[in-house]
Amino acid sequence: MSEAQHHGRVEDIPLLCGQGRFLDDLDPAGPTLSAAILRSPHPHALIRQVDLTRARSFPGVVAVIGPEEVRAGLRPFPLTTRVAMEYYPLAIDRVRYVGEPVAVVVAEDRYVAEDAADVVRVDYEPLPTVVTARSALDENASLLHPTAGTNVATDRTFVFGDPDERFEQADLVIDREFSFPRYSSTPMECYSVIAEWRDSGDGPEVTSWANFHGPFSMVPVLAGCLGIPVSRLRIIVPPDIGGGFGIKSAVYPYVALMALASKHAGHPVRWTEDRLEHLVGSSAGSDRAMRCQLALAEDGTFQALRVDLVDNVGAYLRPPEPSTLYRCFGNITGAYHIDAVQIRARAVVTNKTPTGLNRGFGGQQLYFGLERLVDEAAKDCQLDPAEIRRRNLIGADAFPYHTPTGGVYDSGEYHEAFERALKNVDYERLRAEQREARARGELVGIGIATIVDPSATNIGYVDLATPTEDRPPGRQKSGSTEHVRISVDPYGLVTVLLGSVPQGQGHATVARQVVADRLGLHHDNVRAVVSMDTESTPWTISSGSYSSRFAPLVTSALIEAADRIATTIRLAASVHLDVPADELKLAESQVRHRADADRALSFRHAAGLVHWDPGSLPAGATARLYEEAAFTPPQATAATRHDQINSSLCYGFGTEVVVCRIDVHTLEPSIELVSTVHDAGTILNPVLLEGQIRGALVHGLGGALYEELAYSGSGQPVTATFMDYLCPTAAEASFPLVSDHLETPSPVTALGAKGCGEGSSMSFPVAVANAVADALSALGVQVTSLPLHGSILHDLIGDRDDGGVPAPHPARAASSG
Amino acid sequence: MKAPPFAYVRPASVAGVVEHLSRDEPDAKILAGGQSLVPVLAMRLARPATIVDINAVEDVPGVERRGGALEVGATVRQRELERHPATAAVPLLRLSMPWIGHREVRSRGTVCGSLAHGDPAAELPAVACCVEAELQIANQQGTRTVPARTFFTSAMTTVLGPAEMLTSVRFPTATAEDGYAFAEISRRHGDYALAGVTVHVRAAGDEILRADMTAFGVSDTPVTWDAREVLRSATGAAGPDTDRRAITTSLMRDTPAIAEQLVTTSGDIHGSRGYRRRLVAALAAQELTLAYLRAVDATQGVP
Repeated sequence: MSEAQHHGRVEDIPLLCGQGRFLDDLDPAGPTLSAAILRSPHPHALIRQVDLTRARSFPGVVAVIGPEEVRAGLRPFPLTTRVAMEYYPLAIDRVRYVGEPVAVVVAEDRYVAEDAADVVRVDYEPLPTVVTARSALDENASLLHPTAGTNVATDRTFVFGDPDERFEQADLVIDREFSFPRYSSTPMECYSVIAEWRDSGDGPEVTSWANFHGPFSMVPVLAGCLGIPVSRLRIIVPPDIGGGFGIKSAVYPYVALMALASKHAGHPVRWTEDRLEHLVGSSAGSDRAMRCQLALAEDGTFQALRVDLVDNVGAYLRPPEPSTLYRCFGNITGAYHIDAVQIRARAVVTNKTPTGLNRGFGGQQLYFGLERLVDEAAKDCQLDPAEIRRRNLIGADAFPYHTPTGGVYDSGEYHEAFERALKNVDYERLRAEQREARARGELVGIGIATIVDPSATNIGYVDLATPTEDRPPGRQKSGSTEHVRISVDPYGLVTVLLGSVPQGQGHATVARQVVADRLGLHHDNVRAVVSMDTESTPWTISSGSYSSRFAPLVTSALIEAADRIATTIRLAASVHLDVPADELKLAESQVRHRADADRALSFRHAAGLVHWDPGSLPAGATARLYEEAAFTPPQATAATRHDQINSSLCYGFGTEVVVCRIDVHTLEPSIELVSTVHDAGTILNPVLLEGQIRGALVHGLGGALYEELAYSGSGQPVTATFMDYLCPTAAEASFPLVSDHLETPSPVTALGAKGCGEGSSMSFPVAVANAVADALSALGVQVTSLPLHGSILHDLIGDRDDGGVPAPHPARAASSG
Repeated sequence: MKAPPFAYVRPASVAGVVEHLSRDEPDAKILAGGQSLVPVLAMRLARPATIVDINAVEDVPGVERRGGALEVGATVRQRELERHPATAAVPLLRLSMPWIGHREVRSRGTVCGSLAHGDPAAELPAVACCVEAELQIANQQGTRTVPARTFFTSAMTTVLGPAEMLTSVRFPTATAEDGYAFAEISRRHGDYALAGVTVHVRAAGDEILRADMTAFGVSDTPVTWDAREVLRSATGAAGPDTDRRAITTSLMRDTPAIAEQLVTTSGDIHGSRGYRRRLVAALAAQELTLAYLRAVDATQGVP
């Protein structure tokens, strides 16, 4: 264990002492005006008229913009596909979800802005609504975008191998329909934007401070809406962001909106999203309706997989959607050897809020179907859910493993990791205890999920939404690049510039550790500065904090840059020590001879030589202690003509065993024990890794038992405050946890590290669902969706006299005394 | 999420409060702990012209033992009552108050504020009904006393007029023959209950004198059920010597039908009507048993 692993996070002291620098506390543009947004109360309606006159004459109001100003001043956001579903940051002629912006009021403060927003009059003509994914497919469904002639924003079918033949020859076919709910991650800090529009001599330019964490592929999308070159749009991210989890990627439409508001106000405009706005109008993971089919041989081995996925992306195909369908494309067969696959991938628009990234992006939806299906298969094969997985997990000798969809699993020991998760909680004993509990009339279930955890997205997967014939060579996308910059000052202090836009993950702590260890320095001699300013921080399309990119990509870039710094330091020292540079190594803050430790120069001295005495450097050497690196993995290439893609650079493994008890009277599920094992390659910092795993588990717990952004049948959101949108708190998250790790280093990253911030967000919801299904297995109940709580289970079991559960006994009585 | 404009006054006496309420009737609202009113203002769900802050009012009681009752004044925080030594005299308060929101909420929220707000899923209105508390109300004519069981008229609605102030509540103190129980089910710790029950049983020897169960979270107001007959039948001939499980099992035969009557809410995404009936049936059987056994123990001198 390296030195830093014993230290706390460098981020913690300022955050705990109230020294965090969050955008709403800062005035980087000087005094700003405040904006309030008037939002649609209707899920679907034509806008007949918007009357802004009273609001404009309201004392303290500086500017008000509505549909007319947006149509004149902005362009539709460029979409991922060519579908005719124009998307602006504000409703132009009709509103398509409750919470859609209709007008922006800019005033001297937020109170006045909200008062004035109250007097904007909008004349709506309500239209029929479409709420669920399946209803959007109905040919008689109301159309959200008449120009498209359909609510289906994208519809593609992919076939790899010969699944039809396999299904025909299968001994057993499991065929199930599932649905996955939409939920969020509810970051503590909501969206925050300051925007300033300036018309300079050579055209307009926009500067915006925003708690945006990427992907920076959204910056060209934003520039397209603003109608300005990408390089005239300057995005500055504040030093601290209060959580993101993918949700804050969708702040970008508000940057466009506030830039336009600033143009009309002639002054920088600030907008801080409040929680009510956030819950109805920001973003969430997409809800999905799916049909999953598995063909099996008699012995329980998987022969082929068919999935029909219908993502409900809400009112617009807001970029980067429909990526929820494709983020896991290369690992759509999960941790199993399956070489014949058919996928139908559709995204439909409905009268719900647009969707986007959410921790685990695409994985929780995919694995809910796949892992529920595997449990259903186990039941039909009369195999233990652990045994059916054993028989189908990819063997350790198969790596690098090529999936039928183009994924290249870089490393793994799936069987060993899986057995460890079972052994750590004595799975056989748990099953024995379960039998005893059932004999006593108790409802206890054990659930398992085994997943592949993709990290370091290859953004080329977005192309899959476009038919092959519309992706001519030279018009493809690929890549998974991350940039860093390292510099050394004249006294040997190292500064690492991170444009990785963390939101609390601890990037600075790990970056400092990685660079110090690589340069043989004490950690105190390295400082990591987190700063993203698109004008000065190196960045590219794939930059940003999403898809667990830091551990695999940013640290690889750090190694590249640190090694170049080391080369210069060794060159400088070689002159002074009169030793060839390649015989020198960096250790213990020194540059020393590999064989003779006494022939040494301090790192500080060597750095000083480069700065103060560059004339002493060998011929051809440059006095450069300022290195940028752009890690560019060659494995992240564009989709093939046959639609195969290695959709991530790295593929970790995760598994969970969950014991769940359901109270026979109240039907409340409670988590009694969790065993989790992760293989994220080389572990960089065990404390931070464990924090990520716990966070992801609690996020998964939310999806499994508590959270849902629910809508009424008519399209009204019914979980619009934290009284109804229930995030698990510490009281709900205190289940006993056994967490363990395996390390099979990735061969494609510099340190062998893979991402691990998302895995349990993908696996835990379905592991819990499998446990609940197991607990209720004797009652003939089908668990096909989430969340699972007492009322849902009551409705599943039915309102029978006996409740369908064993004879009651006063199990809970003692708890209230 | 900013409140619309309002006038703010902070009178020092009950008379001053009533005067302000009367002057702006019906557009004045009392601010005590603000745990319900402030969010409502911020969400612009209410637009009172005047906020009458009662936190400076001097002529309201604190927490005081008065005759056979514990009197709690209008500005007493829930947390203060929860931790007050005198609260031991009303065991149902001790049992129920930790279930009100979270500690932070109880540190601000007032006892009388919760009663005046009249949320049908709140704990204190149910406790007040169960033990037959009395509410003291001040208006321009003077004062009046209203029994808790007639105070709550509908969801978030009470007999309080727009120019009236709830000045205190009197909870009867327990006798040696009383037993109490409280339980609620919410989706998360600290949330409003999906369903809850408070029980008061008075037993002397083999005789069950009282068995009142008040359910909350299940109707427009707390609903009280006289459970004596059902409890007598469940305890049967053996009385206090009946096996505890046998009492509960017997009660479980009756409570589903009772739950069907008591639970009239249409339900929501957190709990359907059917599910809340299931909860009330289960909680009623458990908590009636428990309160009965506590009453019997109290009679027998067991603390």
